[in-house]
Amino acid sequence: MARAVTTRRKTITTIVAWAIGILIFFPILWTILTSFKTEAEAIADPPSFLFFNWTLENYTLVQERSNYFRFLMNSVILSVGSTLLGIIIAVPAAWAMAFVPGRRTKDVLLWMLSTKMLPAVGVLFPIVLIARTLNIYDSYILLIMVLMLINLPIIVWMLYTYFREIPGEILEAARMDGAGMREEILHVLTPMALPGIASTVLLNIILAWNEAFWTLNLTTVKAAPLTAFIASYSSPEGLFYAKLSAASTMAIAPILILGWFSQKQLVRGLTFGAVK
Amino acid sequence: MATQHSKSAARVMISPAVIFLLGWMIVPLVMTIYFSFLDYRPLRGVKECCVGFQNYERFVTSSSFTESVITTLIMVGGILLITVIGGILLALLLDQPFWGQGIVRILVIAPFFVMPTVSALVWKNMFMNPVNGLFAYLFKFLGLEPFDFLTQAPLFSIILIVSWQWLPFATLILLTATQSLDSEQLEAAEMDGAPVLSRFFYIILPHLARAITVVILIQTIFLLSIFAEIFVTTNGAFGTRTLTYLVYQRVLESQNIGLGSAGGIIAVILANIIAIFLMRIVGKNLDR
Repeated sequence: MARAVTTRRKTITTIVAWAIGILIFFPILWTILTSFKTEAEAIADPPSFLFFNWTLENYTLVQERSNYFRFLMNSVILSVGSTLLGIIIAVPAAWAMAFVPGRRTKDVLLWMLSTKMLPAVGVLFPIVLIARTLNIYDSYILLIMVLMLINLPIIVWMLYTYFREIPGEILEAARMDGAGMREEILHVLTPMALPGIASTVLLNIILAWNEAFWTLNLTTVKAAPLTAFIASYSSPEGLFYAKLSAASTMAIAPILILGWFSQKQLVRGLTFGAVK
Repeated sequence: MATQHSKSAARVMISPAVIFLLGWMIVPLVMTIYFSFLDYRPLRGVKECCVGFQNYERFVTSSSFTESVITTLIMVGGILLITVIGGILLALLLDQPFWGQGIVRILVIAPFFVMPTVSALVWKNMFMNPVNGLFAYLFKFLGLEPFDFLTQAPLFSIILIVSWQWLPFATLILLTATQSLDSEQLEAAEMDGAPVLSRFFYIILPHLARAITVVILIQTIFLLSIFAEIFVTTNGAFGTRTLTYLVYQRVLESQNIGLGSAGGIIAVILANIIAIFLMRIVGKNLDR
């Protein structure tokens, strides 16, 4: 029996929920609005919300001054590259653990998860040292490897929970028809697993895109992604709110859109199946 | 049934992931442990083996360590308090029927997808700045003195920024847990005339208990390594230096590798104590 809800109560809930929703979203909204103002309007007293001269000049200025698209490209290369590499390594592992579980599968899964809990500062200097020695500091290969490794446990874990939901009988039927392990993976499992793999890719691109410890500490110019680009705005004081807002809007817009698609997977991906 | 053949194939398929993670975990960690027993200061050209537990002793007995632990506890505790309580209230609210549920949900979740450096900078400049920040205008509008958040209440300001980022996470997980609550049980309680508060404490809260534990544990692990928000806002000044940030400064800023490495190992040990509890819960769930 569905609970009977009076219209009055629903109206009140609607007002309260929308007010809180807008309040929480406001910093993002304000950033987006400010990005369309001139620098003078951005710090006008009193601040104007919608009635100002909308301009796109900040977006062109940010690009001209700091070559924004370079950082954007780096963010795309690092987040997509590390995620795809992670998927290539994780799919066979997750497949094996989901369909051929051994005595120690659970331990291996938990151990993988435990690597995620290693505080980054604990290994900061060795990684910097290794990077310098191999002459790969501030390079794509280093950042892709590091981002892949910090997200690999989550990728394996997410894929494992998706693969486990695929009924084993289907595989048995395929095996009866004489399918080998290769055919099993390519023609039976992959089509069924694709939605799960897609969600995993999505969430991990987001996590890699926003990662800010390693990207700040292991890059200077060449491989620096948007996290580092934005952090470079923290030093100069003065009239730069509109440009800061334009740069911020461009840095978060792609991920906000991806994020809205992946909100359901977020729970699964970040709680390791502990909350359903 | 799994055959011997498929079992060894499975082992081969798992091994790349295991080898990568093993290498990622063991090699740098062993190096850090090794460095923690050296007097190693590259800027001064000092590299001497082996000073025993001197680095650990110096790190733990320094006043900056005690301060950083207290700062970490206040910061993590404060954020947990805000996000968990806020998350429960928001989850219960969003679970009610109302118009535009999907859109409000999106609005509430959005902060989680904002990169840490962006949210720190936006809050620092556009909201908390004592001259041009929006809060300053609001204070002036209300006839109050503008408040310089990041110098007068730096720790609280960072707690506020990070809470804003993590509130969506807590809300989303608690909302998922709320939705699995048996509504008939609630209705029965309502019909029996149980007041709202006792319905909350005797039915809803026990149901959410596990989800709350998971939120606390996962957030703690992530929050222990808050970095970008401090880096961008105060750079560790004004009593906002957490243990993570202290180790970072020792290693990369003052380049006292031995001391920093000892601090790193201590951070690893502390994080692992919390990790054990989380692993227990996750492990129990795997058995089902």
